[in-house]
Amino acid sequence: MKILVPVKRVIDYNVKPRVKADGTGVDLANVKMSMNPFDEIAVEEAIRLKEKGAATEIVAVSIGVAKAQETLRTALAMGADRAILVQTDDEVEPLGVAKILAKIVEEEGPGLVILGKQAIDDDSNQTGQMLAALLGWPQGTFASKVEVSGDTVDVTREVDGGLETVKLNTPAIITTDLRLNEPRYASLPNIMKAKSKPLATKTPADYGVDIAPRLETLKVGEPPKRSAGIKVADVDELVAKLKALGVAA
Amino acid sequence: MTKTLVWVEHDNVSVKDATLSAVTAASKLGEVHLLVAGKGVDGAAAEAAKIAGVGKVHVADDAAFEHALAENVAPLIVELLGSHDAFIAPATTHGKNIAPRVAALLDVAQISDILSVESEDTFTRPIYAGNAIATVRSKDAKKVITVRGTAFEKAAREGGSGVVEAVASTGDKGISSFVGAEIAKLERPELTSAKVIVSGGRALKDAETFEATIFPLADKIGAAVGASRAAVDAGYAPNDYQVGQTGKIVAPEVYIAVGISGAIQHLAGMKDSKTIIAINKDEDAPIFQVADIGIVGDLFKIVPELTEKL
Repeated sequence: MKILVPVKRVIDYNVKPRVKADGTGVDLANVKMSMNPFDEIAVEEAIRLKEKGAATEIVAVSIGVAKAQETLRTALAMGADRAILVQTDDEVEPLGVAKILAKIVEEEGPGLVILGKQAIDDDSNQTGQMLAALLGWPQGTFASKVEVSGDTVDVTREVDGGLETVKLNTPAIITTDLRLNEPRYASLPNIMKAKSKPLATKTPADYGVDIAPRLETLKVGEPPKRSAGIKVADVDELVAKLKALGVAA
Repeated sequence: MTKTLVWVEHDNVSVKDATLSAVTAASKLGEVHLLVAGKGVDGAAAEAAKIAGVGKVHVADDAAFEHALAENVAPLIVELLGSHDAFIAPATTHGKNIAPRVAALLDVAQISDILSVESEDTFTRPIYAGNAIATVRSKDAKKVITVRGTAFEKAAREGGSGVVEAVASTGDKGISSFVGAEIAKLERPELTSAKVIVSGGRALKDAETFEATIFPLADKIGAAVGASRAAVDAGYAPNDYQVGQTGKIVAPEVYIAVGISGAIQHLAGMKDSKTIIAINKDEDAPIFQVADIGIVGDLFKIVPELTEKL
């Protein structure tokens, strides 16, 4: 079984984003970019399935600017076999990404597509579900455990209040939650080897998909600022404050 | 006028609070209809009909909908959207699982986790872990939206006179099935609807210390218990306690952060709390930048003393 793993290049999760003064977006010039953390977990899970013999080939895909190649090389260094970059300077919304991915799925015929549950830039949490819808495949979102057996996959999902397990017929879509696994670091020899692994470059036009945005961003602003707080010296003072807030009688 | 279908979050017998915030958001667009899908949902449907401002309550009672599997409920919603202009779900795990599937089937973009309704096609939503707020206008004819519960008042549970109407099942698509669930036992208020939350971080050392320190304080003031991702990852607390970008988004009256440094991912989940109180020994911890009331010191001394004196 082949596994397809879409990965996204996003602002590094340790960087505090700055809103541009003109309200057009977040300033990404000279900001450290990395692979979306949930996608690292997706790559790791695919590699583990291959190591267990449940998968034969891992194809990493990214849609975005030329520099997204670096993100794909990271996936290759972790253990993906080959990569596809769908290069575009346009911002592609989850629906557009899902449509391109659906075309790639048709070409590649994977048994599983493993995606991160959300990207930490747009925080949409949509692409996996949308891809499942377009393909008519079942979806195992927010996965914290994945077990492939024959023609089905059991996915334990993190839901409000606890965990639930669903059984999906393959081919299926899985989106990863944080606790699915601990992604490995790419070793230096593997980073070197990744440079010679195949990376195909395509464009959205190659897939004949309309990726025109459906949402127009009118403005990006700062969240409301909290007013400066006070520090109290001891517990008695804190108790008095809490009582004033009605927290205790 | 916009006719909106709202996904009702329920446990068969009663409607969960998250639904009420979604109803308020929907009421800003126009007419509010509800969808109660599940198996044996008479109780929930009767409750739903009483929610203030609700018109029709569509009830789809079928084994295929029992566990809200997206594969089975999305086609049902798509069919109902033939006569509705918008679909709104609370941004719960069900809502987040189902809504994008509906959106893609309709070939429309989804607007996730909205904070406000500016007009019938314009909404605000947080991006970059809440570090920026985007105002977006949808160009799609039909809208698919998820709603951040803490950003909208809850609609009243009484006073409505919705008309309950059964809808035909769209059946089991047969590509997925429910195996089982492990629902964490809650002895305290639910995190997302609690008025007061006591949350612990990595400084709590281990699961026993977490329980011995945080639980007595929470119980004394009737608070829900939360945790930072660091505390959850270290195994001090179960993962459904997690507050943050990747966990639950909360906005209680009072949020007490104990031994939490205040990483941006955590702040994303709680910075809309009315009053934030921080207990931390590091006076430079970022949590103090958002805290209304802070106390610098050893939590192992402060928290027990606080618990005793309250």
